[in-house]
Amino acid sequence: MAQEPILVVKDLKQYFKVSRSFTVKAVDGISFDIMPGETYGLVGESGSGKSTTGRSIIRLYKPTAGQITFNGKDISGKMSKESIKELRTHMQMIFQDPMACLNPRKKVVDIIGEGLDIHHAYSSMEERNEKVYQMLELVGLSREFATRYPHQFSGGQRQRIGIARALIMNPDLIIADEAISALDVSIQAQVVNLMKKIQKEMGVAILFIAHDLSMVKYISDRIGVLHLGHLVEAGTSDEIFANPIHPYTKSLLSAIPHPNPRVEKTRKSFTYDKKAEGIDYTVGTQHFVSDTHYVLATDEEFEKWTK
Amino acid sequence: MDTRKKILEVKDLKISFKTDGGTVKAIRGVNLALHQGETIAIVGESGSGKSVTTKAIMGILAGNGSIDGGQILYRWTDENSGEEKEVDLVKVDESFMQKEIRGRKIAMVFQDPMTSLNPTMTIGNQIMEPMIHHYGISKDEAYKKAVELLDLVGITDPERRMPTYPHQHSGGMRQRVVIAIALACDPYVMICDEPTTALDVTIQAKFLELVQDIQKKKNLSVIYITHDLGVVAKVADYVNVMYAGKIVETGTIDEIFYDPRHPYTWGLLSAMPDLDTDDDELYTIPGTPPNLAHEVKGDAFAPRNQFALNIDLRVEPPMFDVEGSETHKVASWLMHPKAPKIEMPKELKHRLEKMKEAAK
Ligand SMILES: Nc1ncnc2c1ncn2[C@@H]1O[C@H](COP(=O)(O)OP(=O)(O)OP(=O)(O)O)[C@@H](O)[C@H]1O
Ligand SMILES: Nc1ncnc2c1ncn2[C@@H]1O[C@H](COP(=O)(O)OP(=O)(O)OP(=O)(O)O)[C@@H](O)[C@H]1O
Ligand SMILES: [Mg+2]
Ligand SMILES: [Mg+2]
Repeated sequence: MAQEPILVVKDLKQYFKVSRSFTVKAVDGISFDIMPGETYGLVGESGSGKSTTGRSIIRLYKPTAGQITFNGKDISGKMSKESIKELRTHMQMIFQDPMACLNPRKKVVDIIGEGLDIHHAYSSMEERNEKVYQMLELVGLSREFATRYPHQFSGGQRQRIGIARALIMNPDLIIADEAISALDVSIQAQVVNLMKKIQKEMGVAILFIAHDLSMVKYISDRIGVLHLGHLVEAGTSDEIFANPIHPYTKSLLSAIPHPNPRVEKTRKSFTYDKKAEGIDYTVGTQHFVSDTHYVLATDEEFEKWTK
Repeated sequence: MDTRKKILEVKDLKISFKTDGGTVKAIRGVNLALHQGETIAIVGESGSGKSVTTKAIMGILAGNGSIDGGQILYRWTDENSGEEKEVDLVKVDESFMQKEIRGRKIAMVFQDPMTSLNPTMTIGNQIMEPMIHHYGISKDEAYKKAVELLDLVGITDPERRMPTYPHQHSGGMRQRVVIAIALACDPYVMICDEPTTALDVTIQAKFLELVQDIQKKKNLSVIYITHDLGVVAKVADYVNVMYAGKIVETGTIDEIFYDPRHPYTWGLLSAMPDLDTDDDELYTIPGTPPNLAHEVKGDAFAPRNQFALNIDLRVEPPMFDVEGSETHKVASWLMHPKAPKIEMPKELKHRLEKMKEAAK
């Protein structure tokens, strides 16, 4: 594996000052990398900093501290408008809230074609529209939908417009933030199969943010577990699911609902209480379980959890 | 013996939308029934009409939409006179909907939380406003209750969050704010459209248990729309499976999960990912859903149905009763007594057996 990672995140911090006395440490020193063609899953509870991580990487925010290297170039410092524009051709984000990021006054054909327009990526209008139609069909929508406006779609259809808009640019990295959560299982499967296929053909890397752990397990090569802005555990997909070490990871896995009514109606998940367990993320360090699998812990915690 | 009380009933509802590409017949005769204190789920293909149906119940159809037929009956006991009342929500005027129904008797948690929150208003005010509007309680009281509600839906530091704006929150936190707003007015019916897609599994479980708790205490009736069959398994008493603007199968949770009859339901259950899946490709239902801007002939699912009979392509199937059940109904010609016996796909059968085994 002489390959270089396409994305390296080192000690990333992203703080938000809400008021004079209240600063949210949304992301508080996380490190991970993604190889070309790899899918890295980011999971964790609501508010743990997953979207913020994605948004910092694509430079919707200027990181408070830390380094982000993309394609060998540092993208965490000051950047000109031009270089941010350049960055966003090679990196695409599919946003969590599809309605909030689709221009309501634009027709779908122009929303999906927007990236092509900005970067003059076609020689005629027919070529552009044809590309858009093909993309629509790839995500399971009819090309006849091209003239509709975003509000005239169902939630899942809108989400697929966001997916089409990102895929059409042939990016090196896709940040997929809850990109399939509003889709029914069959279309979810269709989109996931599609992403895997595109990945095989073009080697695009994916940062996959999602709550649905069974899908994350299926699609990801490696997984990072985020809690309160800290990566508390990371490893290959199999390591995380077969051998979770951190109590937070364990509680997360135990809460996955089973689509089996008689089992599900009686099941109780086990809860994780950071305070009661006396865990302080800022004093823990990376403890390796294997070459690829680590937990954030103090020596005592690590010993206790691995016993 | 039967003391169940029907609180909401949708009868043969038909809705269409005008678009540049022609008229879209999005809802083509939907029937639903919700009983007091019970939970029904609507599941089905993306774009099949789940949100549109519930928006019609709330009286908030998009401007280009119209109700072409059917009834939405809502029944309640008058708080003062104790009288039993019934209205057809399709017929009442906007001021009645606004004053009596929407947000007060029937509350909804929308699929896209950002669109139902006002970006320029603090989340505190957004939770307090409906309480002040519907019940005329004081600002102080509303404030106290709003903080309680935020706490109840699992938002830490609720007092400090009260004066913040929606964009300062993560997706899941916004969704919980929307849930708090829905709960603020003690509704009788709550419609939750994908209420948990932005929530992680632990908070999702907490939310579902919270609603179950309120149901027990206040006899709240709930409609869940969700793609997450694990959620359905946990909360639903009855399940309605929707495809292309119609309910194609309805039954108790056990009937739908352990004894599905409609080929679309078979496809849906087959596509469900589980933690043991490691095939190279996930199962998907072949083909694409029909474009409802065109006339549908016969069974809308027929072109994607490997088991389709000839008649499926010509005549729309009625709802057949499943023998031996009063609740299980299926819209498929396969249910006709003279239809050839067709079994569900082997893989699915195997999977359901395993599920039943695990439930023992
Ligand atoms: N613009 C902002 N201003 C202030 N606080 C913010 C802002 N954006 C995010 N936050 C806060 O940062 C934290 C992390 O938010 P983020 O959106 O990254 O969470 P998330 O992991 O994506 O959660 P979810 O699963 O709910 O989408 C939250 O506490 C949120 O309130
Ligand atoms: N304002 C509108 N104009 C035209 N068509 C519309 C409009 N609103 C909805 N539709 C169409 O009606 C159909 C049903 O939409 P609806 O939002 O009810 O789907 P849904 O079942 O909720 O799907 P999802 O699971 O994706 O949210 C879709 O095909 C959609 O494109
Ligand atoms: Mg998020
Ligand atoms: Mg919907």
